[in-house]
Amino acid sequence: MARGFVIRKNQYFDSVFLMGVSKRIAGVKGVRQNAVLMGSEANKKLLADIGVEDARIDAAQPNDLIVAVIADRQETVDEVLANLDAYLQAGVASSTAARPHSFEEGLAQKPQANLAVISVPGEYAAQEARKALRAGLHVFLFSDNVTIDDELALKRLAAEKGLLLMGPDCGTSLIGGVGIGFANAVRRGPVGAIGAAGTGLQEFTSQVHHAGSGISHAVGTGSHDLSDHIGGLTTLMALDALEADPQTKVIALISKPPGAQTLARLAERLRRCTKPVVGCFLGAEQEIDAGPNFRRARLIDEAVELAVTQVTGRPHSAAAAFAPEQMAAGERDAAARDPRQRYVRGLFAGGTFCYQAQQVFRDAGLEVHSNTPLDPRFRLADPDHSVGHTFVDMGDDRYTVGRPHPMIDGTVRRQRILAEGRDPETAVLLLDFVLGYNASPDPVGELLGAIVEAKQWAQEHEGALTVVASVCGTDGDPQGLDRQMRALEENGVIVFRSSAQAARFASALVE
Amino acid sequence: MQARVDELLHKPLVVVNVGLAQFAQSLEQQQVEVVQVDWVPPAGGDKAMAELLDQLL
Repeated sequence: MARGFVIRKNQYFDSVFLMGVSKRIAGVKGVRQNAVLMGSEANKKLLADIGVEDARIDAAQPNDLIVAVIADRQETVDEVLANLDAYLQAGVASSTAARPHSFEEGLAQKPQANLAVISVPGEYAAQEARKALRAGLHVFLFSDNVTIDDELALKRLAAEKGLLLMGPDCGTSLIGGVGIGFANAVRRGPVGAIGAAGTGLQEFTSQVHHAGSGISHAVGTGSHDLSDHIGGLTTLMALDALEADPQTKVIALISKPPGAQTLARLAERLRRCTKPVVGCFLGAEQEIDAGPNFRRARLIDEAVELAVTQVTGRPHSAAAAFAPEQMAAGERDAAARDPRQRYVRGLFAGGTFCYQAQQVFRDAGLEVHSNTPLDPRFRLADPDHSVGHTFVDMGDDRYTVGRPHPMIDGTVRRQRILAEGRDPETAVLLLDFVLGYNASPDPVGELLGAIVEAKQWAQEHEGALTVVASVCGTDGDPQGLDRQMRALEENGVIVFRSSAQAARFASALVE
Repeated sequence: MQARVDELLHKPLVVVNVGLAQFAQSLEQQQVEVVQVDWVPPAGGDKAMAELLDQLL
């Protein structure tokens, strides 16, 4: 195998851009593997993992571009590296105006700005957020890997200035109808939402849209906000704002279980809230006494039901029964299975979906192993190796350091689908697809080949693999909800618009 | 204090986007006024130098 690399000093590009370049290079005949990344320490380790090591790489800096190519022939490597400019330029957006290179220069161009959206690598993110807060801007901080102490300091600074800090590790928000980060095209309406869980908030807002209602504002808080270290600083500010907002008639809170002290503090605040509040704390079992205006939902679908019923006055039920043809397809597969095929393998792009599906299985009396377990006893010893029923959050750091999130790039999940398909114990694959702004332009298309291959493999080995999927999104999303669902159905996948429903269906197949 | 968050919810967004250019494009598609900052690691990626500069400026 031939390999080679080039380093471009002081050429910095963002990770989504680099992914596009890498995909173009991957399409070249004879290229086995490539890496297009900035010279950070984590990225240098990734290069070493694929056998690309050199003193010049060790000396590279985070703003130096490194491109490494592994191919069948040396000529291919040399050709790609010699034509690198063409691969880079194909992805550069045409822009006539000189673009600013720092937050300060950006603000100088738009002095009336009221929101900073920050998605730089985690180690630099706190510094950029601090600059924005000091300048009086609210902040949407997408970056993760910000230390918890930095987060607390930033949130205290924001609170002191009366500014909203959404994040760090904030995937989504809808402010006044505008989707920020990963967000779906959702109509405006009377339901307000606050979420520490990114895909949870996307699912909630999309389901409210399906139910015919709409969202006033949906505020992402970042995944650590309700931990006792942070104490819900952003959640409490968002709650104040939505309580005061005349358009918001009901408020939904979606998150993983809050810390005990934070939950007590939140409950005390909710008892004073003058608007109805629906709380969905996935995986939490403890009682919450949050006063007469508070209703508890176990799953996101139930939160949607309670919120929509509240604003319309008509009972709304999100959990439709399984369609007869879905039941029939499940039964057909069950009859064709090899007796060793006994387990569900869930491969999730959305962390909340992985968590919620575990709760659905727990409610059905099924034990699930995971890299993000609901019950710490079932933590996977090796996240790359499934045991019994296994649900993997493929957006976890293990799979995303130096690589794009599975909502943007299906490469890692595609490989895992093939691996699970070849495991003789896999009976059901449970998948999620997330549509919306900034997600992959064709999330289903990226994985469809692997799904079909996995199903075929089972058939050829005297078995049957059932693939169950949920698609989170709306009819207004750029990827086309119907198109994505149809592509799955046409290839024998049993599809649901709700992630909880898909999990429930999968659990029924192995009970 | 509350007033500033109320303002965010009720006034048109004007965004400084620092980082992923795709985020700015999706905001533009939604008719939001946005300036894209083509961010580069400060001080050539030297973190200690960047922190020193941050304290000085």
